[in-house]
Amino acid sequence: MTTATLPTRRDEAWRYADLAALKRLGADALDQWQAIDVPAGTSVTRIFVVGSDAPEVHRMRVTLGEGASAAFFVTNAGGDYTRVEIEVRLAKGAHFEFGGVTIGGAGVTREFVTQVVHAEPEATSNQTVRAVHWGGATGNFLGEIKVARHAQKTDAAQDFKGLLLEAGASANAVPQLEIFADDVKCAHGATVGALDEAARFYMMARGVDPATAQRLLVQAFIGDAFVALEDEASREKLLDAALGALEGAWL
Amino acid sequence: MLEITNLHASVGDKPILKGLTLSIPAGEIHAIMGPNGAGKSTLAHVLGGKPGYEVTAGSVTFRGQDLLALEPHERAAAGLFLGFQYPVEIPGVSNVQFLREALNAQRKSRGEEPLSGGEFLKLAKDKAGLLKMDMEMLKRQVNVGFSGGEKKRAEMVQMGILDPAFAVLDETDSGLDIDALRIVGAGINAIMRSPDKAVLLITHYQRLLDVVAPDKVSILAGGRIVETGGPELALRLEAEGYDAVMA
Repeated sequence: MTTATLPTRRDEAWRYADLAALKRLGADALDQWQAIDVPAGTSVTRIFVVGSDAPEVHRMRVTLGEGASAAFFVTNAGGDYTRVEIEVRLAKGAHFEFGGVTIGGAGVTREFVTQVVHAEPEATSNQTVRAVHWGGATGNFLGEIKVARHAQKTDAAQDFKGLLLEAGASANAVPQLEIFADDVKCAHGATVGALDEAARFYMMARGVDPATAQRLLVQAFIGDAFVALEDEASREKLLDAALGALEGAWL
Repeated sequence: MLEITNLHASVGDKPILKGLTLSIPAGEIHAIMGPNGAGKSTLAHVLGGKPGYEVTAGSVTFRGQDLLALEPHERAAAGLFLGFQYPVEIPGVSNVQFLREALNAQRKSRGEEPLSGGEFLKLAKDKAGLLKMDMEMLKRQVNVGFSGGEKKRAEMVQMGILDPAFAVLDETDSGLDIDALRIVGAGINAIMRSPDKAVLLITHYQRLLDVVAPDKVSILAGGRIVETGGPELALRLEAEGYDAVMA
C-alpha cells in the first residue's frame, strides 16, 4: 500500500516537519518502515548516526516480547531535514530505552517522533532527548506514551531538554500521554534554555577559548542522552558525530 | 606588574568604579578591604573581563599589555587568575577534563607543548595535596555537590595547576571554617608568594591576613582607593571600623 500523498500541517505528527524537504524526498519514501522484532527474553542495542546532504526519514517499528529489552541511541545531524520515527510495542516486563540528540544550524529541521505502547503490565520505558540548535534551526521531539487498560505497574519516563545557542533557533517538545491503567508511573519533563553564560565565563577565566568552552558545555549537555549506553566506543561515536556538527557553529 | 589608572566602570547604567588607581609590583601581596557595595567584586570582575561590566574610562596595564583589550581566556593565558567569590558549578564536566583543557589552552597560546594525561594527573595530584584535597574530588564534576569550603579549596587547586603570575582573589576566605582558612591561606602562600608573582587579595576580615601577610593594604570605598598603608591598616580597620578610619 502506498499513501502517495504527502502529509500536511494538519497532521499532528507532521506539524513541525520541513514539508518542502518532504516534497523533495517524495511520498513513497515515507511508506518504508523497518520492522525490528525483539523476541521474549532477549535484548538488542542499536546505535544510529542519521543525516546527510539530502532529506532523511527513518521509520521503525519495534516489537518487544515478554521480558525483552531494546535500547536505541541516535545522533540526528547532517546537512538537511532529518526525522527518526520509532513505534514501540512492549509486552509484559519489557524495557525500551531511547537516547537521542538533535543538533544543527543553517535552518535545518530535525525530529524525533516516538510512540511507546505499554500494551501489557510491568513494562518500563525511558526516553532522553537533547536538542542543540543555532542558525535558525529547529529540533522537535514528539513523544507519545500509551498505556493500555490492563498494563498495570507501567513505568514510563520521557525527558527533553533544548539548548539554543542563539536567538532564532527553536525547539518543540510535544509530550502526549494516554493512560488507561490506574497503577502506573508516567513522568515527562521539557525545558529549553540558552548556554550557561556563567559557566562559559568561568571556563574562559581559566584560559579555555570560547569555542572549546562551548564544545565542553554542549558535550556535557548531550551526554545525558547516551548515559545508558554502556559501550564506550559506541558512545564516543555518537558524541563525535554530534560534536562534529558543532564545528564552525556560532560562538 | 599591574597598573590600574583612573578606572571607571559601570554595570548597566550604574557607575561603580569611579577613578580607581592602584599599582601592584611583582613580589607584592596587596589586600583590598572596604565596606559592602564599595566596588571590590566589580574590580575583580572588570579585571577578569566578565561580560556586563563596561569600562567607561581609565586603563589597566598588565605586564606591559593593555589588559582591557584582551578576551577573558587571553587574560588567563597572559598570566592572570581570577579566584571567584562564588565558583560556578559545571554539571557534566569533570575537574580533571576542565583543568587539563584550560592548562593546555594556556600553554598552546604561549607556544608551549601540551601536557599528556599522565603528566597532568601528576601535577594535579601534587597541587591537590597542597590544599589537602582528595584526588577523587578532582575526578568529580566541576564544583557540583561541593560545599562552600570545598569550592574555595578547589579554586586554589586550580590556581596551583594553572600557576599564574598574578591572582585576583575575590573573598576567597568567605565560607571557610578555621581549619580550611589556614589550608587556603597556606596554599596562597605556597603558590603565589614569589618575587615574580603578585596577588590582589579582596577580603573583609583580618583572619585571612593573619595567614597571608599582605605587604600593602588599601581601602576601597565609593569606587576609589581612599587609603593605602601597610598591614597595620587592616588591624586598625578591624579595631575601629571603616567610618572611624576613613573619617
